[in-house]
Amino acid sequence: MLTITLEHYLTVAAILFSLGIFGIFLNRKNVIIILMSVELMLLAVNLNLVAFSNFLHDLTGQVFAMFVLTVAAAESAIGLAIMIAFFRNRGSIAVEDVNVMKG
Amino acid sequence: MPEAGLVVSAAAFYLFSTLVLVSGVMVVTARNPVHSVLFLVLAFFNAAGLFLLLGAEFLAMILVVVYVGAVAVLFLFVVMMLNINFVTMREGFLQYLPMGGLVGLILLVELVFVTGGWTFAPEVTMAGSPSTIVAPLGVMTNTRALGDVLYTQYFYLFQAAGLVLLVAMIGAITLTHRSRPDVRRQKISEQVSRPRKDSIEIRKVPTGRGV
Repeated sequence: MLTITLEHYLTVAAILFSLGIFGIFLNRKNVIIILMSVELMLLAVNLNLVAFSNFLHDLTGQVFAMFVLTVAAAESAIGLAIMIAFFRNRGSIAVEDVNVMKG
Repeated sequence: MPEAGLVVSAAAFYLFSTLVLVSGVMVVTARNPVHSVLFLVLAFFNAAGLFLLLGAEFLAMILVVVYVGAVAVLFLFVVMMLNINFVTMREGFLQYLPMGGLVGLILLVELVFVTGGWTFAPEVTMAGSPSTIVAPLGVMTNTRALGDVLYTQYFYLFQAAGLVLLVAMIGAITLTHRSRPDVRRQKISEQVSRPRKDSIEIRKVPTGRGV
């Protein structure tokens, strides 16, 4: 109980990742919350990478966590920009209004 | 009697991870999107605390600076800028609850199964190449060690990450930029390329009469 092992961190990351999935399902209409849920999932992945990096004494995990951070920041910037452009054209950000391509 | 340092670090782990998970739940279920963003900030702060416990000080600070300082504020700006009725967006919230709960629960059970019953293969336990093995604290700081690896072994990936950020920046600008017709802007190329016959005209003025 007192010694924190790798499994503790992996469990926290697993719960966080499932929360992200749950959030995407729960807020099917709101793109902003979906983007935030994706951020939560990426955070869980980062937690896994850093935990393995610590318990294996290997820095590679931290390097890759940094790359994941970079990609996550770029992704949220692009996602929000697309959302703003869509809101200007349609006056809404509801997911079911995004149907121009009949997807 | 357990060691005092062990108790403190275990307490910190449980505090940070509980707060991460509680604020994650609040991000997903909060009524007001502004509250969601603020809980996202709290989640990132506590994740930074977990990173500190794992000895990744540089990543913890990057998480605070980049995520709390930039990404979460970006979310906050967008939420406050768009004039959206968020109440109507909540319709159907409970309709998706069973499905989402089921999928999330199945995924969680699978992940916990995976994390519960596994061990490292004996040859993996010190997997890293000698250059990336973490030096003991006091020999080299985490930031220095990370830089040593990042600027040598992962140099090309580092450059590629920079390119990703550049493309993201250009993409965000071109997506959100708009030219409004009612705003008069100076177009230097048009001014410079204007031919002489469009701008001046020579008239013969007869003597003694006006133009």
